[in-house]
Amino acid sequence: MDNLIQYSYVVAAALFIFGLKQLGSPATARRGNMVSALGMLLAVIAALLDQGIVEFQWIALGIAIGAVIGAAAARLVQMTAMPEMVALFNGFGGMASLLVGWAALVPGSATFTLVTIVLSILIGGVTFTGSMIAYGKLSERIGSGAVLFSGQQVVNSLIVLGILAGAVMFCLQPENHTWLYLVVILSLVFGVMVVIPIGGADMPVVISLLNSYSGLAACAAGFAVNNNILIVAGALVGASGIILTQIMCKAMNRSLANVLFSGFGSGKVETTVVEGEIKPIVAEDAYYILEAATNIAIIPGYGMAVAQAQHVVKELAQLLEKNGAEVSFGIHPVAGRMPGHMNVLLAEADVPYDQLLEMDDINPRMENMDVAIVIGANDVVNPAAREIESSPIYGMPVINVDKARTVFVLKRSMASGFAGIENPLFYKDNTRMLFGDAKESIGNLIREFS
Amino acid sequence: MIPAEVFLTFILMLSIFLGFELINKVPATLHTPLMSGANAISGITLVGAISLAGTGSQDLSNWLGAAAVALATINVVGGYMVTDRMLAMFKKKGS
Repeated sequence: MDNLIQYSYVVAAALFIFGLKQLGSPATARRGNMVSALGMLLAVIAALLDQGIVEFQWIALGIAIGAVIGAAAARLVQMTAMPEMVALFNGFGGMASLLVGWAALVPGSATFTLVTIVLSILIGGVTFTGSMIAYGKLSERIGSGAVLFSGQQVVNSLIVLGILAGAVMFCLQPENHTWLYLVVILSLVFGVMVVIPIGGADMPVVISLLNSYSGLAACAAGFAVNNNILIVAGALVGASGIILTQIMCKAMNRSLANVLFSGFGSGKVETTVVEGEIKPIVAEDAYYILEAATNIAIIPGYGMAVAQAQHVVKELAQLLEKNGAEVSFGIHPVAGRMPGHMNVLLAEADVPYDQLLEMDDINPRMENMDVAIVIGANDVVNPAAREIESSPIYGMPVINVDKARTVFVLKRSMASGFAGIENPLFYKDNTRMLFGDAKESIGNLIREFS
Repeated sequence: MIPAEVFLTFILMLSIFLGFELINKVPATLHTPLMSGANAISGITLVGAISLAGTGSQDLSNWLGAAAVALATINVVGGYMVTDRMLAMFKKKGS
């Protein structure tokens, strides 16, 4: 029986790998997800065959509660709220690993097992509270700004020392539970401390990183309970999160250390004076320009998600196409609050994925665009990243909308982006500002067409 | 006889490299489903939690295991379902 279980895990691991491989193309991705789910089902059935299980009622109860909550969340969540949901799930994964590590502690465990138990508690705990703070910031239940205070580094260093000391003492005296509790509590506190200094706009990096941690926590738990499949699956998730973290950091031209420790966007206000004047435009005039345009680029940002404007954006794009224009969407890697956020919102609104272009694909075409429409994006289209060396975002790759013949910027007001960075785009000769709620502004444009 | 830890570490090392190879090929348009799918896979902790929740010993370890089963199941069920819901929305032009 034990061999059967172990071989089932081998098959499950193969299914996970195959499923992830199929996630490499939108055409096969859905099947890939099914294959991966099948692998999970197989692994769970195999685990239930374990001879050590004498009672099933607690397992059944846990699975029933988890399945109801998970299914309800998956059905009810709005696509704009996906970052929050992923943050929550990262946290649950971390907590589950913490609990498994803790429960795996039996008298007489070997030192290697003790070390892996500490690791799964530490990584799991940091992932849990870190994710809860990220969730709070993303859903704006708590302030999304960076929280910095003097002596923060000292406090953090003390916590790290405390964790290290607790971990060493725990491995030396596993029967003394004080050390265990110390590590659990300090890990939870540390999770809060590492995420509070990170501002809302840096959340794509943070949730990618926490995604990675949730995998690594599962890995550590796998070592603690001596189970291969946890290690394989956890490592796959860990690698995935690390790659996404790298992509996000690169797209912001910042190092991971800078994102984690600098408290970017915590009130540094820039004083560079931008030359030029703001030129507002009304929907009627914007319509005449759009009506005559043959190449149009739409650049969405987080503001589109906030205004829930994806459906009207799709409607406008259809009208423009009916009018004979070619419409493409330019997606910056860090637009939105998580990797790929804009793509999911536009997919929800039925925009075909081959109409969405990545930054490197749309930039060379920008000079041929008659109109570029910026919807709720700011820093990702800021030409200061190319032109102004003193700007905090200098060097960040941006979508060069200012190279289009005309730029429409849909914006609520003249307030600057998250870090108080001035955007010279708004003052350029070819830029027209369409002030107001993005959804309403686009609605007005649509009415002009009909 | 090679100790079990060495085998486990070996598996870890190979899995990380494999993970990098696989995930690097996922296009940017699928990064959100990739993350929610990864959420689901990280619910694999469920497999470890199941045996701890079924010992029948009614001690702390059993309760911790049962709580872990519930949390990990949320990830597994919620993660796969929401990923499927998202991927169903991705359509090619003209289909």
